[in-house]
Amino acid sequence: MSITVTVDGVPVTVEEGATVADAATAAGAYVPTLCFHEDHPALGTCRVCAARLDGRVVAACSAEVHDGAEVEVAADDLATMRRQVVGLLFAEGNHVCPSCEKSGRCDLQAVAAETGMLTSEFPYRYPGRETDPGDARIWLARDRCILCQRCVDLVRDDEGRPVFTLTGRGPDTRVELDHATAAGLSDEQVAAAVDLCPVGAILRKGVGYDEPIGARRFDVASVRERALRGERR
Amino acid sequence: MSRRIVIDPVTRIEGHGKVVVTLDEDHRVADARLHVVEFRGYERFVQGHPYWEAPVLLQRVCGICFVSHHLAGAKALDDMVGVGRAITPTAEKVRRLGHYAQMLQSHTAAFFLLSAPEMLFGVDAPPEVRNVVGLVEADRALVTRVVLLRKWGQEILQTLYGKRMHGINSVPGGVQKGLTVAERDRFLRGEDGVPSMDAVLDQAQDALRLFADFHERHRAMVDAFAPVPMLNMGLVDAAGDADYYDGRLRVVGPAREVVAEMDDHDYLDHFSEAVEDWSYLKFPFLKAFGREQGSVRVGSLARLNVTRHLSTPLADAELQRFHAYSDGMANARTLHGNWARAIELLHAAEVVRDLLHDPDLQGTDLVVDPGPDAWTGEGIGVVEAPRGTLIHHYRADDDGAITFANLIVATTQNNEVLNRTVRAVAEQELSGRSEITEGMMNAIEVGIRAYDPCLSCATHALGQMPLVVSVYDAAGGLVDERVRG
Ligand code: SF4
Repeated sequence: MSITVTVDGVPVTVEEGATVADAATAAGAYVPTLCFHEDHPALGTCRVCAARLDGRVVAACSAEVHDGAEVEVAADDLATMRRQVVGLLFAEGNHVCPSCEKSGRCDLQAVAAETGMLTSEFPYRYPGRETDPGDARIWLARDRCILCQRCVDLVRDDEGRPVFTLTGRGPDTRVELDHATAAGLSDEQVAAAVDLCPVGAILRKGVGYDEPIGARRFDVASVRERALRGERR
Repeated sequence: MSRRIVIDPVTRIEGHGKVVVTLDEDHRVADARLHVVEFRGYERFVQGHPYWEAPVLLQRVCGICFVSHHLAGAKALDDMVGVGRAITPTAEKVRRLGHYAQMLQSHTAAFFLLSAPEMLFGVDAPPEVRNVVGLVEADRALVTRVVLLRKWGQEILQTLYGKRMHGINSVPGGVQKGLTVAERDRFLRGEDGVPSMDAVLDQAQDALRLFADFHERHRAMVDAFAPVPMLNMGLVDAAGDADYYDGRLRVVGPAREVVAEMDDHDYLDHFSEAVEDWSYLKFPFLKAFGREQGSVRVGSLARLNVTRHLSTPLADAELQRFHAYSDGMANARTLHGNWARAIELLHAAEVVRDLLHDPDLQGTDLVVDPGPDAWTGEGIGVVEAPRGTLIHHYRADDDGAITFANLIVATTQNNEVLNRTVRAVAEQELSGRSEITEGMMNAIEVGIRAYDPCLSCATHALGQMPLVVSVYDAAGGLVDERVRG
């Protein structure tokens, strides 16, 4: 069933069950997302997609709209909030965009550019999280992890067993890679895990920069263009 | 009363350096030293990173010769993964294309933006005139040609590396892209704002014309300015002639006789590094010759002293004139470094032309995968960067994490010759004078800039090297200070 909502005052028709992000896309308004992946249920972990639904700030990727809902996306305070969330993610990790091979295909980098986050306004924490380079095919660079949990929820071996888990609490939370389970993944599954990670935390060992600058995902089409055509991954 | 004069250039990118001249009671030069900041931070920073990121990260140490760092790093990784020199012809030629295109644009910048103002206006011309703005006013047509020449080189880098600066092309065992026919034709035929290959070959001779004219007008000064006899080092091919991408390291003496030659991997076996408490920068020297005699000069002047021939006709013809001018001996004249740079600029243009006509650039065999068993965990890569021999040395653990990185840059190699040059200039210009003039300060800058070390390239490009000259008495008290910039 179709319902009608307004996005920044513009009426649009969407299907029942649509999210705030869907409604925004239908209205041609860009809401950045990071942890959300179009093939999977929303995780709602990163909070980069802050928008207002009937006066309340929500995660646009997971909050559903209702008939007559009033959605706000463009307001300055929301834009600031989104930029600050991205800034926090940068401040909490060690993101070395200039040399990271995920550069140009990194969602965090792309969303930072779209939200105007050029330098974090928060003090950098330089966490020095331990890298796990010990797997045969996967290099886990925890310094670059934003704890979106995509890998935790979505990377499974053929038996359905998780390959990545989260351990610790609060600032000590970190991703663990189970080498034994990882050994059972096909090369394609490893490549898919690398692709799934929105940053350069999961890297394919020994394979770097296989796409020339100009041919990388966000060189070809920006994260905004992709989101506005419904591609969120 | 002895006095200490401090010339303190403040730079934006490549760190900073300062010149300290100590005069004795009779105003003679007692000592002259150049202090330069080095790149240690990067060598620490890269530790723990995946090995394949090293050439991409470490190229950031320089905003001018980043391709050289990228390639030295890539060659080190070729070693580390066990490919060694066995990359494909396409990969090697693509790397060479980028390397020589960078040489072209870097030498163009160094020659015209840094040194040409001195040649046109004189070493002692006031700094308000003796800069690139003055150059524009004096010869707008020349500057337009220079800008186009540089742009042509930059456009090649943009095409190969995806960006004009700090892009990516080389990966362990090869390159990630070659050059399409359409891309190649753009550089051969030219298009709006991009000169054709023929135009480039003509413009690439402007530097030689300018130097010849300068030399003609000021022969005595150019030839007598701070000669510094040194050993000279450069990479040579199997025939013993200059190769800027790969080869053996050859060192020649005063008669251009070969005094040492080594596989580039054996550099550390032949060289030792002296440390002086007054400089951050080490002083490499050939062990066999000792600290006093064993330092080498690198860069344009050194390479041309080393090589008998250049592989392209126009540059080789000029090289023979260059050698004949010194009666076949090693050329020790500091300002002839500009002549050498002009010859290399033309050589780079000719090499790029030859490469552009080579169908291997369109090859699709880009990367050699040696398999995991070939892993060596250590690599050394050596190239001739625009300013001289550049060495990247890496080690990684069995997981592939970088555990050690050492960059030996041209400015370090040239540390001793730079110091001797500063001293030679100081002795020529300062000794016996009681007053420090603008012209004397300029002369010291000119001597340093002849080697285009990192500390000058970031500053003089904007017009002049900012300077603080401080005069101290023997007790360390400030007697006089001049600030410029
Ligand atoms: S490793 Fe990547 S996918 Fe996994 S939680 Fe961290 S950022 Fe998300």
